[in-house]
Amino acid sequence: MDFAKLFELVVAASLINNFVFTRFLGLCIFFGVSRKMETAVGMSITFTAVMVVSAALSWVVYEKIMIPLDLTFLKIIIFIGIVAAFVQSADTIMKKVSPALYYKLGVYLALITTNCIILAVPLINAGEKYNFFESMAFGLGSGLGFALALVIMASIRERLEVADVPAPFRGLPISFIIAGLIALAFTGFSGLITL
Amino acid sequence: MSIHHKSNWELLKNGMFGENTIFRMAISLCPSIAVTNGMKNGVALGVSVMFVQTMVNITVSAMRKFIHPKIRIPIFMLIIAGYVTIIDMLMATYARAVYREIGLYIQIIVAFASIFARAEVFASKNKIVPSFFDGFGMGVGFLLAMIVISFFRELLGKGELWGISFVSGNPLLIMVLPAGGFLAVGLLMGFFNWVDMKFYGGKGASGV
Repeated sequence: MDFAKLFELVVAASLINNFVFTRFLGLCIFFGVSRKMETAVGMSITFTAVMVVSAALSWVVYEKIMIPLDLTFLKIIIFIGIVAAFVQSADTIMKKVSPALYYKLGVYLALITTNCIILAVPLINAGEKYNFFESMAFGLGSGLGFALALVIMASIRERLEVADVPAPFRGLPISFIIAGLIALAFTGFSGLITL
Repeated sequence: MSIHHKSNWELLKNGMFGENTIFRMAISLCPSIAVTNGMKNGVALGVSVMFVQTMVNITVSAMRKFIHPKIRIPIFMLIIAGYVTIIDMLMATYARAVYREIGLYIQIIVAFASIFARAEVFASKNKIVPSFFDGFGMGVGFLLAMIVISFFRELLGKGELWGISFVSGNPLLIMVLPAGGFLAVGLLMGFFNWVDMKFYGGKGASGV
């Protein structure tokens, strides 16, 4: 196992190819839950955890079941199935084992299935032929990157509540423009690491 | 049993303007930024979504009496994933150049909230013909949004339209960069809100 490569993967996935700002995935959730810091943090934690586990799960299924059986053409259907099944079972288990945690984070679990990053990560892992640990590192990096984006956005939007925005731009339009400015800053990371 | 009281034309119009996926409902936003740096990509994705949306609505509507409500979510997912796989393979075979750039986003159509929402809200409760018009209208609305956004981004960012260059001088590079996508959608959304408020007396949509 090459730790330097794993570290590079995490940094690359979280900063350089940040899912929200340079790959534009997960925007619905990004704009949906970034209104308050509290929800943004809850979503970030849940999302990163789900991301790592589902990256690992889909790697196992892809390498050990789908490739030997020549089923790679079904990858879209199978990956979405894995994610949905995992989220559903995590939901059930959490409700039973730790109701306190479920009360805090359960609502985000339900939302996660509509997040396209959750599907993009296994697809990219399969496309790039990452090994097991690299897949998990990529999942972790993209989770952290999404968390970073959410927290930045939430802290700005909380202040925006008191700002005097022109009426047609209130709500989503101004958030898009802010996201554009943050994305501009994130282009500064490009070229930091070349994989 | 049907719950809608609108004519087919009203359904179409509703999908295209009233509940436009991107500018009014503000869902399925990822591709509106990711693939709109050129009109070719934007139109390719818009047409794919239109196909999936229409076919999913028809299929769900045709099967609505056989789908048990308790397991409807995985079944809708499977139907959507099936059609996405079809369009994914078609694009990979017949539109290689475009597919290389937007392939990932075609596969991501599976996770589109708008397609799932129409299946759940409309197609699972209505007959096939209205479902077709509803899905088709939604698809056309999405396609229109993609065309508008990619028109401005390609024109300003590269000085080209559909790959044909006709503006000389330095284009506004930022518009084709990732940041430009957010800016373009934000400005357009604000513009449509302004039109709505100014001429139609609306309150401005998208309160997310």
